[in-house]
Amino acid sequence: MAAIESADASVPSPAKRVGRDRERAFAASRVIIMSSAETHSTLLDESFVEAPHKVYPKKVDGQFRRIKWGIQFATLAIYYFLPFVRWDRGGDAPSQAVLVDFPHRRFYFFFIEIWPQEVYYLTGLLILAALTLFLMNAVAGRIWCGYMCPQTVWTDFFMTTERWIEGDARDRIKLDEGPWTRDKIRKKISKHFVWLLIAWWTGGAWVLYYTDAPTMVWKLATFQKGAFDTYLWIGILTFTTYVFAGVMREKLCLHACPWPRIQAALTDEYALNVTYRYDRGEPRMSLKQAVAVRAAGAPSGDCVDCGQCVAVCPTGVDIRKGSQLGCIQCGLCIDACDGVMDKIHRPTRLIGYDTEMNVKRRQCGEGAIYKPLRARTVLYALLILAIGGFMSATLATRGDMHVSVLHDRNPLAVRLKDGGARNGYTVRFANKKAEPRRFAISVSGVVGAQMEVVGVPPDGKGKVVIEVGPDQTREARVLLSTHGAGGSKGQIPVAFTATDAASGATVEAKDVFIWP
Amino acid sequence: MSDDTFDKGQAKPGKVRIDPLSGVPTTGHEWDGIEELNTPLPRWWVWTFWVTIVWGIGYTIVYPAWPTLSGGTQGLFAWNSRTQVAADVADLQTTRGPVLEKIAAAPLEKIESDPELLAAARMVGKVAFATNCASCHGAGGQGAKGYANLNDDDWIWGGKLSDIKQTIEHGVRWESDKETRSSTMPAFGRDGVLTAQQISIVADHVRTYAETPDSDAPTPEGEKLYAENCASCHGAEGKGNPEMGAPALYDQIWLYGSDKATVVSRIRNGGGAVMPAWKGKLDDTTIKALAVYVHSLGGGQ
Repeated sequence: MAAIESADASVPSPAKRVGRDRERAFAASRVIIMSSAETHSTLLDESFVEAPHKVYPKKVDGQFRRIKWGIQFATLAIYYFLPFVRWDRGGDAPSQAVLVDFPHRRFYFFFIEIWPQEVYYLTGLLILAALTLFLMNAVAGRIWCGYMCPQTVWTDFFMTTERWIEGDARDRIKLDEGPWTRDKIRKKISKHFVWLLIAWWTGGAWVLYYTDAPTMVWKLATFQKGAFDTYLWIGILTFTTYVFAGVMREKLCLHACPWPRIQAALTDEYALNVTYRYDRGEPRMSLKQAVAVRAAGAPSGDCVDCGQCVAVCPTGVDIRKGSQLGCIQCGLCIDACDGVMDKIHRPTRLIGYDTEMNVKRRQCGEGAIYKPLRARTVLYALLILAIGGFMSATLATRGDMHVSVLHDRNPLAVRLKDGGARNGYTVRFANKKAEPRRFAISVSGVVGAQMEVVGVPPDGKGKVVIEVGPDQTREARVLLSTHGAGGSKGQIPVAFTATDAASGATVEAKDVFIWP
Repeated sequence: MSDDTFDKGQAKPGKVRIDPLSGVPTTGHEWDGIEELNTPLPRWWVWTFWVTIVWGIGYTIVYPAWPTLSGGTQGLFAWNSRTQVAADVADLQTTRGPVLEKIAAAPLEKIESDPELLAAARMVGKVAFATNCASCHGAGGQGAKGYANLNDDDWIWGGKLSDIKQTIEHGVRWESDKETRSSTMPAFGRDGVLTAQQISIVADHVRTYAETPDSDAPTPEGEKLYAENCASCHGAEGKGNPEMGAPALYDQIWLYGSDKATVVSRIRNGGGAVMPAWKGKLDDTTIKALAVYVHSLGGGQ
């Protein structure tokens, strides 16, 4: 709650705040929307629809901007080019490193191949992703939002293009407010055209994960008639990319994303957040004033109220009002402020990754506390290691052949002429290797029982051998019969064993033989 | 414009002010000192709202929607769910076409020894069985009293693939089919061939063949009656005769039941169950698939 308390520093009496958490949270979110004077006056106009609110983030350079560039290039490069990476699997298996093959029910990731019944590995990945998000949050707040979230990465990409075509913040504001000249029309058309191209490329890259990428690119480039769903998915992702990154931008974070809400419940007082160090910054005043005030012996803060932190913010918040819902912790305001502090020869990091608690401690003359190692970070890290380790272990030790048995449900058992009994089973053999394999089937558990596989006569040595194609499964109907009366009522455990004719490896599946 | 423009703490009807505690403008509505904060709708939300309305109207123009006195609007592309189903079924036939053609062309034994055809035939057969056969023979072909169990190894009319196929095609005692399996057991009691006491004796005797738990030792009298009346169809010692549809009597499988009252009733009343002929109702490929499916249930010979 430290985050919110500083957001409404204007509230006079601390006593009145007690029990008003909800209203305070509300106020914190209002601050973002009412951050410009224009919005302020329109809201008073008895309008029940929010006034248009457009953010014009200014260009900035600095440490965090460079980190952001690096992550942006890396993540975009992975997204756009990963489908083209080849991986030789031998045989007829697809040679694409990352491929979701829906028609054949296979998911390929480099050396890993996932079958539909192993989809729990994807569940495991989602759990790992969630825990990693929690860990990031415990260490440094919403850095996911600020650096790696696709919404941020693509919005940043779109803003860069916008800046390239229309110029920096001041030029863009002037352009938007100005009349529709030939130049404005040209700039607007080329901006939206480039945006649509990027959006289309984004949608196009998406479908490449589901089919052989070079083939699909060739098909698209030569305008061959493809499947309708290919164009549908490209269309959907073109639309969402264009609208989310071009038009909605920070509004998606403010209105649609659940993470800011969940994050607020997961954070604690030790998590680093982009923080304005008001112990150093206040009272803010211009350089000239500061000289006079300091000469008079009165305190003056380092903040010169230049507004650069607000000007560069991609979501348009004022970080000096404290940590808030609109802040995605990208650190661009730190870069902007450091630039100004450098110029006026004051120490940098008036805004920095810090905690509200430390600011308060410094105000009271106490030292700052940083605790990256604490119960929750250790717990998250251990959970990530444990789950990741367990998944890797099961992945490394899983077999390349499999047998599963399904007992007939109706009838459970059949009485035979001579008083014996028969049970029917559906047995499925899986061959996860890239070459065809032969499995010899045997069954144990019922003394004197005969096994028959429908459609597969025994070979010369009396063995029943089933051939399963590469990377395939084959189903067989297996009948198990006893002869003569005298069986005991009830169930007898049986085990079906498949033996790889070449390697001698075996797998077993258990079931029961039921007496009628 | 600063907050001082507004009367702090005194809301007047229709007058907007900023709530000093939350910093949020009010709507000007006030009830006994309780004011309503104005939380404006996000603009994108309002736009989405209007777009859905336009979309909804467009939808009813493109697709059949509005009722008229004589029917309804057909939409721009005359789309309807019936033609959609017909197209889907046609698609399915195209997909299944090649394997169905192979099943149609292959002899029955060939289908069973080819893994691909066996799997396809069992799949087609299973669906056809559930639709057409399960009402009498049960969902798993387990049968019921008077309806043969198709899983066991006892076949009244023969358990070879060709026998099963013929039974499915022409039925049993199905009068409108000339090739139907027609032999019927006489009603020995009702027609006065045997007396009630003779029936009781021969029933006791028949039950000794299967060694039912409560049966007595075979009697010479029973053996004589059996030889004179029953053996011509059911064979010596109740071995049965699939040519005549005469069930084997020595085994542990009884269509109607093995207790004496049931056996007596069968001898007295004769007759037999009826099964419809399916040729003409089902196409040849489906009948072949059904024969393979039934044969593969376990009892096929």
